Amino acid sequence: SWKTRPSPAILLGSTRPYSPAAVLPDGIDRTSDSFARNSLAVDQLLSDLQTHIRQVLGGGGAEAMRRNVSRNKLLPRERIDRLLDPGSSFLELSQLAGYELYDESLPSGGIVSGIGPVHGRLCMFVANDPTVKGGTYYPITVKKHLRAQEVAAQCHLPCIYLVDSGGANLPRQAEVFPDRDNFGRIFYNQAQMSSEGIPQIALVLGSCTAGGAYIPAMADESVIVKGNGTIFLAGPPLVKAATGEEVSAEDLGGASLHCKISGVSDHFADDELHGLAIGRRIVKNLYMAGKQGVINSQPNYTLEYKDPLYDVKELRSIAPADQKQPVDIRSVIARIVDGSEFDEFKKLYGTTLVTGFARIFGQSVGIIGNNGILFTESALKGTHFIELCAQRNIPLIFLQNITGFMVGSRSEAGGIAKAGAKMVMAVSCAKVPKMTIMVGGSFGAGNYGMCGRAYSPNFLFLWPTAKISVMGGVQAAGVLAQIEQSNKKRQRIEWSEEDEEKFKGKVVEAYEREASPYYSTARLWDDGIIDPADTRKILGLCLSASIKHAPQDTKYGVFRM
Amino acid sequence: PPKAREGVGHGGIQKILVANRGEIACRSADEAVRIGPPPARLSYLNASAIVEAALRNGAQAIHPGYGFLSESAEFAQLCETEGLIFVGPPASAIRDMGDKSASKKIMGAAGVPLVPGYHGDIQDINLLKEEADKIGYPIIIKPTHGGGGKGMRIVQGPDEFIQSLLGAKREAAASFGIDTVLLEKYITKPRHIEVQVFGDKHGNVLHLYERDCSVQRRHQKIIEEAPAPHVKHEFRSHLGEAAVSAAKAVGYHSAGTVEFIVDTLSGKFYFMEMNTRLQVEHPVTEMIVGQDLVEWQIRVANGEPLPLIQSQVPLTGHAFEARIYAENVPRGFLPATGVLHHYRPVSLSSSVRVETGVGEGDTVSMHYDPMIAKLVVWGENRDAALIKLKDCLLKFQVAGLPTNINFLHRLANHWAFEDGLVETHFIEQYKNELFTDSSDDKVAQEGQRDARLSAAFVAACLCKKEQIDQQKSVSGRDGLLSLWYADPPFRMHHCARRTIELDWDKESDGHDSELLKLSVTYNSNGSYFIEMSDNESPGMEVEVTDLENHNFRVHTDWLSTDVSLAVYINDHDTHIHVWHGKHHHHFKQMVRLEQFSEDASQHKSSFEAMSHPRGTVVAPMAGLVVKVLVENGSKVEDGQPILVLEAMKMEHVVKAPFSGYVHGLQIAAGQQVFDSNVLFRVQVYTLSPLSCTRTQKVRDLNVEEKIDIPCSPLVVYYSIPFTI
Repeated sequence: SWKTRPSPAILLGSTRPYSPAAVLPDGIDRTSDSFARNSLAVDQLLSDLQTHIRQVLGGGGAEAMRRNVSRNKLLPRERIDRLLDPGSSFLELSQLAGYELYDESLPSGGIVSGIGPVHGRLCMFVANDPTVKGGTYYPITVKKHLRAQEVAAQCHLPCIYLVDSGGANLPRQAEVFPDRDNFGRIFYNQAQMSSEGIPQIALVLGSCTAGGAYIPAMADESVIVKGNGTIFLAGPPLVKAATGEEVSAEDLGGASLHCKISGVSDHFADDELHGLAIGRRIVKNLYMAGKQGVINSQPNYTLEYKDPLYDVKELRSIAPADQKQPVDIRSVIARIVDGSEFDEFKKLYGTTLVTGFARIFGQSVGIIGNNGILFTESALKGTHFIELCAQRNIPLIFLQNITGFMVGSRSEAGGIAKAGAKMVMAVSCAKVPKMTIMVGGSFGAGNYGMCGRAYSPNFLFLWPTAKISVMGGVQAAGVLAQIEQSNKKRQRIEWSEEDEEKFKGKVVEAYEREASPYYSTARLWDDGIIDPADTRKILGLCLSASIKHAPQDTKYGVFRM
Repeated sequence: PPKAREGVGHGGIQKILVANRGEIACRSADEAVRIGPPPARLSYLNASAIVEAALRNGAQAIHPGYGFLSESAEFAQLCETEGLIFVGPPASAIRDMGDKSASKKIMGAAGVPLVPGYHGDIQDINLLKEEADKIGYPIIIKPTHGGGGKGMRIVQGPDEFIQSLLGAKREAAASFGIDTVLLEKYITKPRHIEVQVFGDKHGNVLHLYERDCSVQRRHQKIIEEAPAPHVKHEFRSHLGEAAVSAAKAVGYHSAGTVEFIVDTLSGKFYFMEMNTRLQVEHPVTEMIVGQDLVEWQIRVANGEPLPLIQSQVPLTGHAFEARIYAENVPRGFLPATGVLHHYRPVSLSSSVRVETGVGEGDTVSMHYDPMIAKLVVWGENRDAALIKLKDCLLKFQVAGLPTNINFLHRLANHWAFEDGLVETHFIEQYKNELFTDSSDDKVAQEGQRDARLSAAFVAACLCKKEQIDQQKSVSGRDGLLSLWYADPPFRMHHCARRTIELDWDKESDGHDSELLKLSVTYNSNGSYFIEMSDNESPGMEVEVTDLENHNFRVHTDWLSTDVSLAVYINDHDTHIHVWHGKHHHHFKQMVRLEQFSEDASQHKSSFEAMSHPRGTVVAPMAGLVVKVLVENGSKVEDGQPILVLEAMKMEHVVKAPFSGYVHGLQIAAGQQVFDSNVLFRVQVYTLSPLSCTRTQKVRDLNVEEKIDIPCSPLVVYYSIPFTI
C-alpha cells in the first residue's frame, strides 16, 4: 500500500524553520586511568579480531586458491567485486560464521554473503566458496544462506546467487537436509521472494549439483559459464552408479546443453568474467515498471547532513571491555548521529533507558540505548517510544548494553514482568526497520526487550566487547550451585566448599566461553562483529538497505495493562 | 571547404577565396563555400569549380594555398582570363620553374650554381666516362626518363663506371623503353637548405633568409628550422643572392622558395628547384623575420611594392616547425586514418604557434595528406627554441590514431639534432637510436619501467574518476545510496581491492602489446596502493587529486606530477592514453560486453553427438524442400546455403555448419522431410578410395535391411550414403 510522504522540499534543512537540536556533550574523560586501560583492552580485542578475519579471507588455503585460479575462476569476494559497481562499498555479513564450530575449519562458513550496489541498485549477494570443502553446504552454510535470504526478503533486495558448490555435505546430511530451516528452505525462499517480486538471479560459475541445481532452476534468470558451470541433479559418478551411463560433466549439464537444449539456464557465458558482466546487465534491466515508485520513494531524510562533532574512532576507547564499568550510552550516540544532535524523549523518566530522535546521514532514526538495568519505568518509556517510531515510520536503532531487568520483590510487585512484556510486544510488532548493535552485555530478558536476534531486527551487529547469555556466569554459577547443593543435601552427600568452588568455576568458564562474541557470530546469532569505529558507517549502509520498500502498518497484540 | 578572406589592401582586393582546406584558410576565413565532395580531383583540383565559386561569391582574388593547384600555370592563367587576381607568381614563372631541365638551363644561364653533371644527348660510353671523370666521383647515373629510383646507380670510382653505366642503361631500357642517362655529382652528405624569396610586380626581389629542411622521411620534411644551423654569415649571403638571381631570372613576384642542395663535405651549394608558391614551412621564416608572408602575398597581388628592402629584413632568434602527422612510425611512416578522439594541442603564445585544420572529433581521412598540425616555436637562439620544441611536443596530446609525436620528440632529443648536425639521411643514419629497439635489453627494461609507472597512474586516476563520477550520479538523488560510493569504498575489516588489466600498446599500431595486471588497494586515507600482479616491482602508494577534465595531480613518495588522460571506446576496446612528464603511453582495456562468439556455444552436447557424427545436418522442423542449391559431393563454404525448406509458411535456409564436402545429400525439391531427418553431412575431406572400400565392407554387412527401420535418425543417416 502507498503512503503519502512529505515532499522533499519541506524536509530540507534550509527551507524549514530551524530549531536547534540538543547537542550531546563529549561525555568522556580522556585523562582517566580507566579510559587508558579500556582503550588498551579494546585495541587488543580488535587486533585479535583482525587476526581471525585475515585467516578467513584466505578462504580454503593457498593450495585450494591455486587450483581455483588454474580453472580460470575468481575467489568469491573477487567475483562479488566484479559484479558491484566499480569502486563501490560492500557490506559483508557474518564473516566469522562457522568459526571453531567443527573439527575442521570452515572459513566464513564456506559462503560469502553481503549487500552492495549494482547499477545503483542494492543487491544481496550469496557466493559459494569453492575453495572451502568444495563449496559444500555444512549446517552453518545453510544457515548463513538462509539468513542472507531473510535479509533480502525483509529489505526487498534482489538476490544474486554465485553458485559454485558440490551441494549438501554428505557426511552431515542429517543436519543439512530434512528440517524446516535446512537446505530445502533455500528454494522455498526463492519461490516466496520471486512471488513477491524480489528478483532472484543465479550465476552458475562452477558445479551446481543435486539440490544445488535448483538454485539456478528456481531463479528468475540464470547465467552459466562455459567449461566451468554445470547443473545436474546427479553428477557423472552418480549417473554411472545409477544407470551405467558414462558421460562427461560438460555433456551432462554444461552451458551449451542448458542454454540450447534443456533451457535450464538463460544466458551463455564464454568465461567467468563474461558471466559476471551478464549478471550486471541483468540487474541493469530490472526496471520493475510500476514498482519504481515504491522502490525509489523519497525517504525520510535530508540530503545535507553534518558529521558527528566527536571522533567516531573514540568509540574504540568507549566500548566497555569490562562489563562492570558503566558507560553513558549518550557518549556512543554522540559519535554516531549527525552533528551529535540528539533530541531526547522523556529524558527525566525511566533514566536507565535513553530514547530519542536523531539523524544518521540525514535519515531520521529513533534510538533506544541502555544506561543501566531496566526498571518498570524504563520499560514503559521504551514501549512508548517504539510506538511513536512505528506510528511515524521512523527506523529504530537499539544500542544494547544490558545486564537485564531489575529483580527482587519490589520489582515483581511493581509488575516488572508486565512492563517487560509490553516492551517485547512493541518490539515484536513494530513494522519499521530495526537495527541492533550489542555494544556490551546482552543478558536475559534485556536481550529480548532490546530487540535481540529472536525479534528479527533487519541487522544485528556486535562490538568485540559484547557478551551474550541468559545471565552472567557468576550469577548462573550461584544459582546452579544452590540447586546442586540442595540435590546433594537430599541425597545426603557431603559437598565440600572446594568442590563447590570447582563446580562454580566450571559453570563460569562455560558461560564465559559461550557469551563470547565469537561463539555468537560463529553460530550466526548475529550478522557479524564490527569495529566500533565503523558503527556509524555500517548503520548508514544498513539504513540505506532497509528503507527501500513501502512503509507497513503496525498492528499490536494485547498489551497487558 | 575553401574559405574567403577580407582584403588587406586599400581598394583593390576586397575578398579572397582561399582554395585550400589548411591553416591559411583557418587563420582568417569568414565564410566557407562547398566546391565538391571529399576526393580532391572533384573539389580542390577542379579548377573551374573553384573559379566559379570565387566569381559567385564576389571574390576578386584566389589564394591557391599549398599543394593542389598552387603550382598550376594553367590555373593561374585561368584566373587571369576570368578577371581574377591569382595570389601567386606569374603563370610564366610557374611554367619556367615547373620544367626541371628547362629551369636548370635558365639557372645556369643566370649564374646560379648547379650540381656538376652531364645532361647531353650524346650517349657514347667513352664520352660519358670522360664526363664522369671530369665531374669527379662519386657520381650518380640517372635515367633521363622515369623515376622511382629505377636504373639509378651510384658510382664510387672510375673503375666501376662502365659496368654501372651498362647496368643502368639496361634497366632504364627495360623499365622505360629509353636508355638515355644523365650524370650528376653524387653528394654523400647533403643538406636540404631553401631560401625564401619574395618579389613584387615592380621588379623588386629580396630574400628572407634560409630554412633547413634536411630532416625528412619518405622524402617529406618533418622538422624544419630557420635559420639553418652551422651556416656562416657569408655563406648565408651567397645563398640569398643566388636565390634572388634565380627568381629574377624568371621575372618572379609573390612568395617563392629556391631549394639548394648543400654538400656538407665541400661546403658548396647547388640549385635544385624552385617552388613557386608559399610553402607549408613558411611560418619558421615568419617567426625569425617578424613578418606575415600571407599579408605580403596579398599586398603584392594588389600591386603594392614590398614593404622592406633587403638590408631592412631583420633576423631575430631561431624557429622550428614540427609536422604532426597521423602516421604509423614503426611501419615505415605509413599514413594512418581515424578519428581524433582527443586533440589537445599546446597552449599558444607569441613564441608558440599551432596551425591546424582539424579539431577533436574530426576524422583524418584517406582523401588528404594526413598532417594533423604544424607546431611552430621560436626562441632567442637555437638552444632556447629547441627546449621549447621538446616541451611542446611532450604536451601535445593527440589520441585516437597513431601519430609521429613520440618520434618527433625522440628526434628533437637526439644528440646529433641537438648539435645541428642535420642532413637528408639523418633518420636513416640514426635509425637505431631513433626507433626504440626493444631487442636492446637496457632500452626495453627502461621502456617497461616507464610503462608500468604510467599504468599505475592510469589505474589510480581511473579509480579516482570512477568514484567521482559515481558519487556525482547518485548524490542529489539518494543521499543514503551515495554512502555506497564513498571514497574509499567500505569493506568489513579489510581494504577494498581490485584488479585492473591494461593492455600496453608498445607501438601505436596495436600489434605489439603486453598485458599488465595491476592490483589496486583502496587505502583508508583515500590513496591507492598499486602492485603489479607479477610481483616484479614493489608496490607504490599513489595519491590522486582530480583537476577535472581528465587532468589529475598525482603524488607518490618520490614524485609529484600532472597526469592527463584521454579515454575513448573504439572497436570493442576502451582506449586510454596517458601523458605525464615526458611520457605518453597507450593502453587498452577489453570492454566486457555481453557479446559472445556463436562458435563458443557450438560445443556438441552428448544428446546431439551421440545421435549423429560431426557435420550431420538434420531438418530443423518438418517441411517441404523447395530448393536444393548444391549437388551431392560438392565443396561448400562455412555457412553456405545448401537447401531451402518451406514450413509454417516460411522459408528456412539450411546451411553448411563448416567448410567441406557435402555427403549423403539425397533430397530433391518437392520432397517432404520430417523433424530431425538427416538431410546431409559435411565432411572436411572427400571420400577417398580407402574410405570407399570401407563403406563397401559395411555394405557387405547387409546394410540394406536397415533402411527399412525409420525410427532412429542414427540408422537413417548410415543408410543414406551406402545406397548410392
